[in-house]
Amino acid sequence: MNDKKVIWKRKPLIKNRLLRIGLILLISTYLLSVFLTTEIDWQRILEGIPRGKNFIFAFFPPDFITRSDEILAGIFESLWMTIVATIVGILISIPVSLGAAKNIAPKFVYFLSRGVITLSRSFQEVILAIFFVKLMGFGPFAGMVTLSLSTIGFFAKLLSEDIEDINKSQAEAIKSTGSNWFQWVNYGVQPQVMPRFIGLSLYRLDINFRESAVIGIVGGGGIGSTLNTAFDRYEFETAAAVLIVIISIVMIVEYTSSHLRKLIK
Amino acid sequence: MPIIKQKDYKTWKKFDRKRDLQNWLCWFLGTLIFSFCFGLISSKTIWFYVFDSHNEALDLLGRMFPPETNYFLTLIKPIWDTLNIATIGTTIGTLIAIPLAFLSANNTTPSKKFIRPLALFCIVSSRSINSVIWALLLVAVVGPGVLAGIIAIGLRSIGFCGKLLYEAIEEIDENQIEAIEATGANKAQIMTFGIVPQILPAFTSISIYRWDINIREATVVGLVGAGGIGIELDAQIGDLAWAKVSVILLAIVVAVVFSEWITAKIRKAII
Repeated sequence: MNDKKVIWKRKPLIKNRLLRIGLILLISTYLLSVFLTTEIDWQRILEGIPRGKNFIFAFFPPDFITRSDEILAGIFESLWMTIVATIVGILISIPVSLGAAKNIAPKFVYFLSRGVITLSRSFQEVILAIFFVKLMGFGPFAGMVTLSLSTIGFFAKLLSEDIEDINKSQAEAIKSTGSNWFQWVNYGVQPQVMPRFIGLSLYRLDINFRESAVIGIVGGGGIGSTLNTAFDRYEFETAAAVLIVIISIVMIVEYTSSHLRKLIK
Repeated sequence: MPIIKQKDYKTWKKFDRKRDLQNWLCWFLGTLIFSFCFGLISSKTIWFYVFDSHNEALDLLGRMFPPETNYFLTLIKPIWDTLNIATIGTTIGTLIAIPLAFLSANNTTPSKKFIRPLALFCIVSSRSINSVIWALLLVAVVGPGVLAGIIAIGLRSIGFCGKLLYEAIEEIDENQIEAIEATGANKAQIMTFGIVPQILPAFTSISIYRWDINIREATVVGLVGAGGIGIELDAQIGDLAWAKVSVILLAIVVAVVFSEWITAKIRKAII
């Protein structure tokens, strides 16, 4: 008789067995080589722990009062920067995303727009900010230009993916009425991508505010400048206050934007 | 979409009058806010520098070309460090994000009143502090170097992965869990056979996505001393060695494009 036990096993995540074992081997050799090549100075870390403790205790209690003017000014500057940069960024992204949609643009425009997107996505906001601060001088204008340019990479990429997914028959119906190209985009394409468009704008507003907190560190204005000044003056209580303010504003912005996105859907 | 009758012919309009007015008001308010904000920014800008920026840019480009190609050899180690910061940081981040996500998902949290808000707070604060700021703090604690970068990237990734993961957990199919429960499984078994298989695809795609983002982030944590190619970039900009800076920028673009290509490949292979 058949006395073999039937044992059920879970299906593996990767079906191909060779690939699975190969991946595991690859990952373990990689981890090994990382540990062999990274120099970690344990001595320094042991030294650093009490120092780190002092450092963290220096943040308490957060001091909102002494520099309250600067904190407020920094926050408002960040907000203006965020709003202007998001709007400018989106305005530039619209033609780029139309160009980067395979179903609309001719090959040449498509590759050009994809190139713009890749370039804008490759560089972190901070690196871009270093260059724009160098070109345009310190202050919120450089920060605004940085944020608008990095908005393009994000916004145009996601929007163009949505444009590629539109319902063709609707667009064709508009075309069959004899509309020109602009009318076709306005009545055939735009209404279909509008929900995504609004959602992405709100999301990007949220991201831009968060990023505006860092580009100030390299001279781009806003709350980041306040934070950097506080660090430079060793006023860690003020720095803690700035960090708390950033966290709470991000929480508020995130909550409202996710709420708004749900409302729109 | 009303048809409006004018004197002797009918015409089609996209919106009726009320909606038109509403739209117009929104545009008006938007433009007002925009110009107000722009005015504030412009009052803090020295326009002379802005208008002069194209000359400055041309000058800078002139200094960047031709790039000092043999400098690339000294960059190999920093690039390797950058990749490591991203990879190990992502691993640490996702490992911490898993329990946090289970604690903060509505359907798996042990207590909605006490633990869930706490876990959510951890996730949000990790998300709202940029990795550069984390690195700034950590360089003071563990000293400049790769480790500070790894921890900074890890801490930043917790929030991102945690948020997406707990949303995935909240969206799982309850029927499957009920089926597992019906076999008499205990809580741990429900977890491994009911919940984990359902969120595993989401988990892999989230961690790959975060790795892709972290490659970019790892290029900048070095600017505040936390290891990787950023240290080199900071040093060369400080030296005004623009021919070397252009090599670094090229290396960053190559690394980012490479990571994008590899994530696309892995995604295709797994999902």
